[in-house]
Formats: sequence, structure tokens, C-alpha cells
Amino acid sequence: MGPMVWISALICIFGLLVKFILIIKEVYEKERYLLSYITVRHSLRSIIAWLIPFYPRSTRMRPVYYGISYLFHVLLFLLPVFLMSHIVLINESFNLSWPAMNDTAADILTIGVIFALVFFVLRRRFIPDVRFLTSFMDYILILMVLLPFVTGFLAYHQVILYKWIVIAHVLSGEVLLIVIPFSRFSHMITAPLTRAYTGSEFGNIRHARDW
Amino acid sequence: MSGNETISIEKSTDDAVENGLSRLTPQRVSHVINQVLHQETGARFKAYVDTCMRCGLCSDACSYFLSNDRDPSFSPAAKVKQTIWEMLAKKGKVSKDFLRRAVHIAHLECNVCRRCSMYCPFGIDIAYMMLLVRRICHKLEITPQYIQDTVNSHSVTMNQMWVKEDEWIDTLQWQEEDGREEFEDLRIPLDKQGVDIMYSVIAPEPKFQAGLIYQAAVIMHAAGMNWTMPASPGWDNSNMAMFTGDNEISGRIARTFFESAARLNVKRIVMGECGHAFRSTYDVGNRALSWAMPPFEVVHAIEFYHELLTAGRISIKKKFTKRVTLHDPCNVSRGRGLHNMARKIVNMTCSNFTEMTPNKEHNLCCGAGGGVVNCGPPYKKERMVNNRVKAEQLAATGAEVLIAPCHNCHSGLEDIIHHYKLNMEVKFLGDILFETMEKKIYRPEE
Repeated sequence: MGPMVWISALICIFGLLVKFILIIKEVYEKERYLLSYITVRHSLRSIIAWLIPFYPRSTRMRPVYYGISYLFHVLLFLLPVFLMSHIVLINESFNLSWPAMNDTAADILTIGVIFALVFFVLRRRFIPDVRFLTSFMDYILILMVLLPFVTGFLAYHQVILYKWIVIAHVLSGEVLLIVIPFSRFSHMITAPLTRAYTGSEFGNIRHARDW
Repeated sequence: MSGNETISIEKSTDDAVENGLSRLTPQRVSHVINQVLHQETGARFKAYVDTCMRCGLCSDACSYFLSNDRDPSFSPAAKVKQTIWEMLAKKGKVSKDFLRRAVHIAHLECNVCRRCSMYCPFGIDIAYMMLLVRRICHKLEITPQYIQDTVNSHSVTMNQMWVKEDEWIDTLQWQEEDGREEFEDLRIPLDKQGVDIMYSVIAPEPKFQAGLIYQAAVIMHAAGMNWTMPASPGWDNSNMAMFTGDNEISGRIARTFFESAARLNVKRIVMGECGHAFRSTYDVGNRALSWAMPPFEVVHAIEFYHELLTAGRISIKKKFTKRVTLHDPCNVSRGRGLHNMARKIVNMTCSNFTEMTPNKEHNLCCGAGGGVVNCGPPYKKERMVNNRVKAEQLAATGAEVLIAPCHNCHSGLEDIIHHYKLNMEVKFLGDILFETMEKKIYRPEE
């Protein structure tokens, strides 16, 4: 594996870490009182409630979108980590390995992810309130996630221009990793924080549920 | 109940907003916006802006969105898009038309009821952002006229309704005098030091609902409580400045309120059935004064009635028989989790209770709270259109009496019931309690 993979992975991890530290630092400096409301118990209560599929009311009100979105997020992490060809590459570099997913299953699930992303685009086009909220950037973000999966799928099947497709796969994956800390993809770390705060305000102060 | 009415409704405005807009210069606009958005906020605000993935799950939370046939511009995130996102993108260089719309969105298309933060997977507090917009409007002096007048009143008299000190005392003594004709030894103790309870109300009670103070006195009398009401400013627990973004006056109001409890050296503060006043004293005002939690135990009427009933301090003579339903006000259900207690009281006092759905934390807003009703007559018609779903929800219960333990909700629900011809009577929990409880009636022959 080339150096760009490591550079992009490090940018992603350290970028998110720095972002997290900066948020906490700013809270300490400007809004320290917020910390007096946060409790671990109510933060976890809220985060867990929102991780249980279809438990919060709003997720039941748009079940198709929520169901697809939920599976999409799970697969987004599982697929790259448990893909045989990724594990082989890691093994070559670090002599580490873990059980891999069946290749056919991975193939079908990749189609699932691509389907989910297409669904997100259609939803942004045709559901009026979502369309109203959508900007050009939202499509760019979807495209950024779509590319590694589409190129990965094509590379596995070796349909056309195998070498170029693999390069495109590696590049698009690296771009995605680099962009994560600098875009709204960083909701992977900010969302648990906002959830924890709202969960604590509701649980600790207002003695009410927030789901 | 047709949604087509929406189309014909022009977005209203008023003189205070228009005069304010005419005074603005572009420099002042961008200075104020940038000052509020960058200096008065921190990482929390940035996280709210950066985290929103524009998924639209918040839309179904909003009674405005639902009442306007899912008009996208009423979705909670859309309200942020039309205000905050654009202010940030343009670095505060926004037009007067933009600001006219922003005033309208923040003051009249959002009840800051916080239902949407229960529908957002990330728990983004959109009400907080709408209050930031109101803060900007306040600093630009384009707050709607009627609500600004209540803040002016707070600033001068420390109550919302320009009630003068002698009028306040006179009203309490008048209620006491009336009460004593019916109930033996009834008192409304004024400024009594060291008692258990300071009872506080919102200014509309002495102004035009003095009967509610009478009822409260009868309940206190029957329960044998050791209580008092302050004779000087600091008796009004309402706080309209909290809803206009006038944080400085909001803090002054809360300080005067808590100081009167400290002056009277009471053990706790009990308050009448008002939601926003509870939010001010339990959640917001104390924070403005650097108290994480209120410096006194603040007890809402729901908790208080529940305590009196379960402790046996008052007993129910005959249950209320008409079919009732219960509206959960945002600030005491979503804001304090008192909805189950309210149900217990209803079940203890009424024999025919029908739930409305959705309910408890998920109840639909009255459409009046968060300062919306206080923006006054220029906006009444759209307020009716904007809460059609509440009318539908009420009608579905088939109840004759609607219990709403909040003043704001009362005003809003009465308007809706009248507008949609629902033939329902709105009552406070205190009204029901007063009607059904055992009272110490004055019988001279005994």
C-alpha cells in the first residue's frame, strides 16, 4: 500500500481528534456552564435510545428512509473493514488479520449501499421538505461516498479498465477520508456530542424523554 | 378546516417592525449579526450548524409544518436555513426584506416548544437557534410591537402588564375580602416573612383573571398551607424578555423574582399554572444569574396539587363528570416531565377522561406559547391557520372540557376552539380542583 492511504487515514483520525479537542476547549472557554448539565447517565440514555432502530417516534414516522439510512450507516463501516481484499492488504503491511466477510455477501451489500445512496439522491429531489433543505453540497457529499463503493464494485468484478478503476477506487477512498473532518461528515463525532447535551438537558434538568 | 386558507394569508407585519427596519443601516445589521453569532455563541452553536445533515426528520415535529399541508418552508430546519444559515453564508450582510422574514419566522412561526429537538436524530436544539434570531432582532430593534410592550412593562414595573404596586395589593385584598364572605378566616397573607411557600402568579392574573388568585387562596386555605404573596415587585413570575432575546432584562426579572423569595425567607416557591413562567424560573432565568439550578425549589401548580391530593391535605368531594381531555404544555411536560402527575390529578378529580394523541412529551403545541400569542392581534389570523392540527387533534377526542395547565396554552386553545368552532370549554387544573374539592365553607350557625 502506498503512503497516501496512511496519510489520508491519519488526516481523518487526527482531524476528528483535533476537532473534538477544539470543541471541548471552546466549551471550556466560552460556555463552561454547559458542562454542569451534562451527565454520563443521561447522555448514554439518549444515545442508546437513538441507536435502537425505530425506537424514537420520529424514526417511525418515516420508516422507509430511516430503515435504509440505518442499514446504510452500519454497512458504511462494516463493509470496508470486513472486506477480504482490504484484510489481505492490511495483512501484507502489518501481519494482522481478522475474519473476512463472504465475498458474495459483500458484493450484494455493496449494491445495497449504492442503492441507498441513489435513494438519498431521489429523496433529495422529490420529497418537498428535504428538497427545500438540500443544497448542491449535499449531492457532492453523496457523490463522495458513492464513488469508492461503485469503483470497488467494478474493481471486484473486473469489468472494464481494471487498473484505472482500482486507482479511482483508492483515490476516491482517500479523498473521502481526508474530507471527513472538514465537512458535515464529521457528524460522526459531533452528533454524539449534541445528542449527549440534549439528552442531558432533557434527562437531567427537564426529567423528560427526548426520543 | 381547509388548508387552502394558507395561500391567501399574507405574512403580517407591524409598526414596530417596519419602523425598526427603516432605521437600520447595512453596517449595523452586519455588525449585530456577526456579534451575536460569533461572540455570544460557542462550540455548541457551531456543532448545531455543522451537524445538521438536512434529513428532514424534524419536519413532522412542527405543528406549523403539519398545519400548512407540509409546506417545506415551515420545517424546523428550513427555518434555520432561512435565517441562520443565510446570515452565516452572507457574513451578516442581509437585506431588510430578509430581516422582515427573519422576524416573522423567529417570532411567529416558531413557539420554541423544542418538540423538534426530540425528532432530530442528533438532538439539535432548533429553538435555541430561533431564540438567537430573536436576540438579533432585539439588538436591531425590530421586535414585534405587542411583545416589545410587555418587555417594556417588565423593565419599568417588573411585571408584564403595567400593574402598579397599589393596584397589585388592592387586587389581592379585594380577593381576600370576597373570599372571607364565603370561607371562614381565609387570608391572602401579604409579605409574611419566614413562611413555607411564596405563591407567585403571572401579571395577567391580577390584571384580568383575579378569580384565579381567589381560587388559589381557597385551595391554600382548605389545605391549611403556611403561605404568602410578595407585596412589592418581584411577584410576577412571567418573563417575556426571555422570548424576545432581551437577555439583560430577562436576567433582571429573574433576579427580582428570586430576591423577593429571599427577602421573604420562604422555603419554596409555588407558582400558578403557567408554562413559560415555569421555564423562566426553573430553566432559563436562574442560568442568567449563574445558578445552574434555581436557588429556590420552584414548584409548578401541577406538582403542588398532586402533593396536596396525595398527602390528603385536600380531598375530592364529587368528581367532575363531563368528558375531559388534557393538553400537555411544552414547558411543563417536555420542560419538566410533569405530564404523568397531571394525569394522576385528572384521574383523581374527573370520572371521564379521554387522552388526546399524540400526548405527553409528544403533544402538539398550543400555537400560542414562546411569545407567539404575545405578538398580538396583527398576527392572530395566521396563528389560527398555523395550528389547524391542534384543532383536529382536539376534535378527535370528543371531549367537552379541555384541561390546559398553562396560561399561554389557554389563550391559544381558546382562540383555536373559537376559530374552528369546536364547542369545548378550556379549564385549568385549578378550576377542576376548585369545583370538585372539599372546601372550608363559612357557616355562621356552627
